[in-house]
Amino acid sequence: SGEVRVNVVEWGSGFLMSVQDGASAGKTLPERVKIVEVGPRDGLQNEKTVVPSEVKIHLIDMLSEAGLSVIEATSFVSPKWVPQMADQVEVMMGIHRRPGVSYPVLTPNLKGFLAAVNAGAAEVAIFGAASELFSKKNINCSVDESLQRFEVVTKAAKEAGVPVRGYVSCVLGCPYEGKVSPDKVAQVAKRLYSMGCYEISLGDTIGVGTPGGMTEMLQAVSREVPVNALAVHCHDTYGQALANILIALQMGISVVDSSVAGLGGCPYAQGASGNVATEDVVYMLHGLGIQTGVDLPKLMDAGAFICRSLNKKTSSKVAQATCKL
Amino acid sequence: MGNFPTTVKHCLSYEELIQDYPWLARWLQEEKRALTHEYPEYVKIVEVGPRDGLQNEKEMVPTGVKIQLIDMLSETGLPVIEATSFVSSKWVPQMADHTEVLQAIHRSSHVRYPVLTPNMHGFQDAVAAGATEVAVFGSASETFSRKNINCSIDESILRFEEVICTAKQRQIPVRGYVSCALGCPYEGPIESTKVAEVVKRLYELGCYEVSLGDTIGVGTPGSMAKMLHSVKKEVPSSALAVHCHDTYGQALANILTALQMGICTVDSSVAGLGGCPYAQGASGNVSTEDVLYMLHGMGIKTGVDLSKVIEAGDFICKALNRKTNSKVAQARAQCGYN
Repeated sequence: SGEVRVNVVEWGSGFLMSVQDGASAGKTLPERVKIVEVGPRDGLQNEKTVVPSEVKIHLIDMLSEAGLSVIEATSFVSPKWVPQMADQVEVMMGIHRRPGVSYPVLTPNLKGFLAAVNAGAAEVAIFGAASELFSKKNINCSVDESLQRFEVVTKAAKEAGVPVRGYVSCVLGCPYEGKVSPDKVAQVAKRLYSMGCYEISLGDTIGVGTPGGMTEMLQAVSREVPVNALAVHCHDTYGQALANILIALQMGISVVDSSVAGLGGCPYAQGASGNVATEDVVYMLHGLGIQTGVDLPKLMDAGAFICRSLNKKTSSKVAQATCKL
Repeated sequence: MGNFPTTVKHCLSYEELIQDYPWLARWLQEEKRALTHEYPEYVKIVEVGPRDGLQNEKEMVPTGVKIQLIDMLSETGLPVIEATSFVSSKWVPQMADHTEVLQAIHRSSHVRYPVLTPNMHGFQDAVAAGATEVAVFGSASETFSRKNINCSIDESILRFEEVICTAKQRQIPVRGYVSCALGCPYEGPIESTKVAEVVKRLYELGCYEVSLGDTIGVGTPGSMAKMLHSVKKEVPSSALAVHCHDTYGQALANILTALQMGICTVDSSVAGLGGCPYAQGASGNVSTEDVLYMLHGMGIKTGVDLSKVIEAGDFICKALNRKTNSKVAQARAQCGYN
C-alpha cells in the first residue's frame, strides 16, 4: 500500500514535466494556485460528531505541516448556534502557528470579531449570501441588513489592521429560491470588495452548479471585482466540483477552497456529500503542472487522522484509491 | 432543512423540467451562449454498465437481473448499451450467460447493443447469438496487454484484424477500445504517441470509433489534453470517445477537457458500476447520472432522461445490495422524489 501511494506522488511530479506544454486544451492556466483549507471550520462545522478540541488542534497542526498556506481555523459564532465551534478560543490559542501560514476565522458580527482578535486572530472572514431567502433562513436578516452588519466588522478590522475575506453563498443556486441571478452575485461580491474584503470566495453552497453556470456567474462577477481577488468554493454534492474548479481556473481564478477528506456534508441533502476534497483538488492541480506548495502524502495523513477520529470514511477519491485498508 | 423544488428538479429529466418551467429553456439557451460555443451540441453516451460495470462487480448477478437492467436502460433514451461480453466464462464468470442475455433483452429500435469479442471464437458466438455490433479491446501498454490478455500489443492487434475483417464482410460495425491511455498500473505514465499509434492501427483496420480508456483513473485534464492532442493528429475527433474512470475523482474534469477538444462521445456506467480491479475499494467507472447532470447543465443534448437512468441505477444497486457511486443519485435520494 505504501508503494502505491509513492507511485501516485511520483506520477504527479512525472506528469509535471510531461504536461507543461499544451496542458490545458488551449486555455492558459495559472502557474500557481492558493488552496484555502476549510476543513477545520466549514468541514467540522457540518459534521454531526462533536470533535474534541485536542483533535481539532492536532488536525490544524498536521495541515500546517502539509504545506497549506491558508487554514480556516474556527468560527467566532455563538456556541448556541454552532456547538461544534464552541471551543473557538481554546483552538485559536492551542494551535501551533506556522510562519507564513494564515489562520482566518469566521466573525459574523462585531462581537465575534472582538472575541476573535482577543484570542489572537490575525485574519477574519465574513459570510454574505446571493439569495434573500437563504440569508433570512440562515442568519435571520436580509442581504442588505447582513452587509450593513459586515460593514461594522470591516471598519473595525481596517482600524485594527486585520485583513478580511468575504464569502458569498448560493452563487450557483439556492436551496429555497432555486436559480440565482449572476448579476445579484456580482452585486453582493462588489459590495463586499468595496467594503474592504481583500478576497471574495464564491460558494456553490448546494453543489448544483455545472461548468455552464459557473462560466456565466464568473463572467458577471469578474466585471465588478478583479479576478485575482476571487476564489471558488465548490461543493461536490452532484459530483461537479472538479469540473467547476477547472472552468474557474480557465477563467483566471487562482484561489480554490477545499476541505481535507471532503469533510462536511451538505446540510440540505442528508447523506449527500458537501465540500470538495482537498486531496482530489491537489491531485488535479499537480497533474496540470500547477504549483500549490502542498505535500499530498502529508495532506492524506491529516485526512486519515481526522477520519479515524470521526470514525468515518474519507470522501476523497484519491485517499480511497491509495488506501488499501 | 429547506425543501428545494426548483433546484432539485435540476436533477430530473430535461424534458420534464422544460414542461414545468418554460422559462428554463430560455435560461439554458442563455447558458449555452455564455459557453462561447466551444462545446458539442450533442454528446453520445455509451452506457457500459451492463458489461464493463457488472464485469467488475464481485457479486454474481442473475441473468434475469441483467436483462431487466438492460431493458430499463433501453427506455431511458441511451443510444448505445454495451450488453455483454463473449469472452470465455473461465476468465469472466460474470459474463457466462452472454448468449442468454443477448437473446432475451428487448431490443429497442433506437438503441445499439454492442458486445465484446476478444477473438474469432467469441465473434462467431456473438453473431450466432444475434449480435449486430461488436467491440475489441487493445492496450497502449505492453505490460498491461501481457498481463491482461496474455499477449503483446502487436499479437492482440493481429487477433483483432481477423475479427474486424470478418465483421466487415458481414457488415457488423466494430468499436475499438484502447486501455491505459493515461497511465498503466504496471508501467506508470504512457507516452501519448504510443496511445496514438495503437488508436491509429485500430482505426485503420476498420474500427468506426475508438474509445480511449483511462483504465485506472489516474489521468488529469493535463494528461488528457496531451493525449488527445497526439491522438487527434492521427484519427478524426468524430471517431474518438473517452472512457474515464473516477478512481481519483478526475473523471468529470477529464471529460470536460475532452469536450473542449472536440470529443463528443462519452462512455459511462449507470450508478458508477464497476470498481477498479487495481485498487481495492476504489471506484472505477464514472457514473452516467453524474455525466448527464453536467452535460444537461451545460445545455448539451444527449437524448437521455436522467430520472429514468437514476431509476435503473436504483434497481441494479438494490439487486447488488450496494450503494450507488453516483453523487447525483445520492443527492436526489434525499430530495424525496422517489
